[in-house]
Amino acid sequence: MSAEQPFRVLPRVTEENAHFWRGGEQGQLQFLRCSACRTWIHPTSPRCPECLGKGLVVESASGRATVLTYTFNHQPWVPSADHPYPIAIVELEEQTGLRLMTNLVNLSNEDVAIGLAVRVVFEQREDVWFPLFEPADAALRRVGADPA
Amino acid sequence: MNELRRKATVSGIGQSEIGRRLMRNPLDLTLDACVAAIEDAGLRREEIDGLSTYPGAMGPGGFSGAGISDVHDALRLPLRWFNGGPEHPGQLGSVIEACMAVACGLANHVLCFRSVWEATYQGKGKRAGLGLGGGESSGGGYRASGMMEYTLPFRAYSAVNWIALFAQRHFHEYGTTREQLAWIALNARRNAGKNPSAIYRDPMTLDDYLSARMISTPLCLFDCDVPADGATAFIVSRPERAADLRREPLFVESVGCALKGRPSWDQFDDLSTMATRDAGPALWEGTELGPGDVDVAELYDGFSFITLSWLESLGFCGKGEGGAFIEGGERIALDGSLPLNTHGGQLSAGRLHGYGFLHEACLQLWGEGGERQVPGDPQVAVAAAGGGPLAGCLLLTKG
Ligand SMILES: [Zn+2]
Repeated sequence: MSAEQPFRVLPRVTEENAHFWRGGEQGQLQFLRCSACRTWIHPTSPRCPECLGKGLVVESASGRATVLTYTFNHQPWVPSADHPYPIAIVELEEQTGLRLMTNLVNLSNEDVAIGLAVRVVFEQREDVWFPLFEPADAALRRVGADPA
Repeated sequence: MNELRRKATVSGIGQSEIGRRLMRNPLDLTLDACVAAIEDAGLRREEIDGLSTYPGAMGPGGFSGAGISDVHDALRLPLRWFNGGPEHPGQLGSVIEACMAVACGLANHVLCFRSVWEATYQGKGKRAGLGLGGGESSGGGYRASGMMEYTLPFRAYSAVNWIALFAQRHFHEYGTTREQLAWIALNARRNAGKNPSAIYRDPMTLDDYLSARMISTPLCLFDCDVPADGATAFIVSRPERAADLRREPLFVESVGCALKGRPSWDQFDDLSTMATRDAGPALWEGTELGPGDVDVAELYDGFSFITLSWLESLGFCGKGEGGAFIEGGERIALDGSLPLNTHGGQLSAGRLHGYGFLHEACLQLWGEGGERQVPGDPQVAVAAAGGGPLAGCLLLTKG
């Protein structure tokens, strides 16, 4: 990431969600998963939403995902040099519906598209590792890219 | 069909002064609307035995002007039933609850209210637009939790960002364009020009829209509603208690409050629609009427795309056909086949947060729309409110 990182609101990290927000410390994108029916669960819950089982374990996903939709935010809610920046919803390859809102990074804005294959990268702030996504195709990556 | 059909009526409506930065006490505004509604129904305040609101007391921030206890105490109401809170099927869910209360005989006359003073709050130098319950996010020790945990950390600070994600997916799947979506805003402004209490009344052209400042693609400034100060109130009455009142009662023919998908901005299964998808069809399950019977539609436009989603979800056009349906603006004009947001919506008349649409539906059915009255003595109106995971709607009939 570039030296000038944009402001980010930090999430409140708890015992329940620490695997998600701090998995990036080991480079892992982690979710709860049902040990009975193998459903991935996000956000966290005490029970599997499919089989209602309580046997949930933390597992790492591949981090490979597809962009389902995106928007470029132009409004300076918080001052930053990188407007407009892309916000996206991506779907992890592990399971239909296993999704995250995120930011797309390390690419030109003109390459942002629905259907774009992406992979997770982590950006650390304090005790949080934000899962962000960059193009899976190395040819599209622009490390520290300025917005188009 | 369910048990609610024609078991509740709207017997009176009231509205406070509406404007930008009125700098007035929000409870004062709220009581203006409440007292007006009670008088409009021809009731005495000791006859009000029910009270309902969305979202209830929320402290400072401008998002809520008053809670149940504030109004209860200020008017010294002898309540038999009351209800207030944010977890409803949309802002009008609080009115739907009132309909159920009178249908069950728990109350005879429920006063429903919603008041906002966001314009004044923002005018006092507070930060604008961090969305529902966002709190102060710039520094301090604030950490996001609840519904904000998975949005704010990704710099999606406002509902406009969340709605834009749905709009972009709709554009992608169905070829919807900004030139089409523009007609939600252009139609609203056209109607606001005929509404003396609307906030923005100057004419707007397609060029004005297309050249407006982008907020969050594909949504521009004119796709976003305008913060306002104001309060709106209704009296929901038992039909047998409404018959002898001042006004001809408007019957609640049906309500829609279903939410079958996940209650989330980012986890809803279909990103080209929203909770409207479930609430809309539910409205038609409660009645023998259908979309073709509706004479006037007042559909939430906190952001223009939400109205498009309601149009499709209520079956006025097919899924994905909303862009073509509104294009050119003739069909949705006051003299079109489906007059839409006849007061100017929240986009031009001001963000009264859902209640303004039901208020306008009642005015139109009573023939009191003034210069913006839909011709032909409309008999059936739909009012819908909410976007994202919030959605609720009512079908009203005259007689
Ligand atoms: Zn399971």
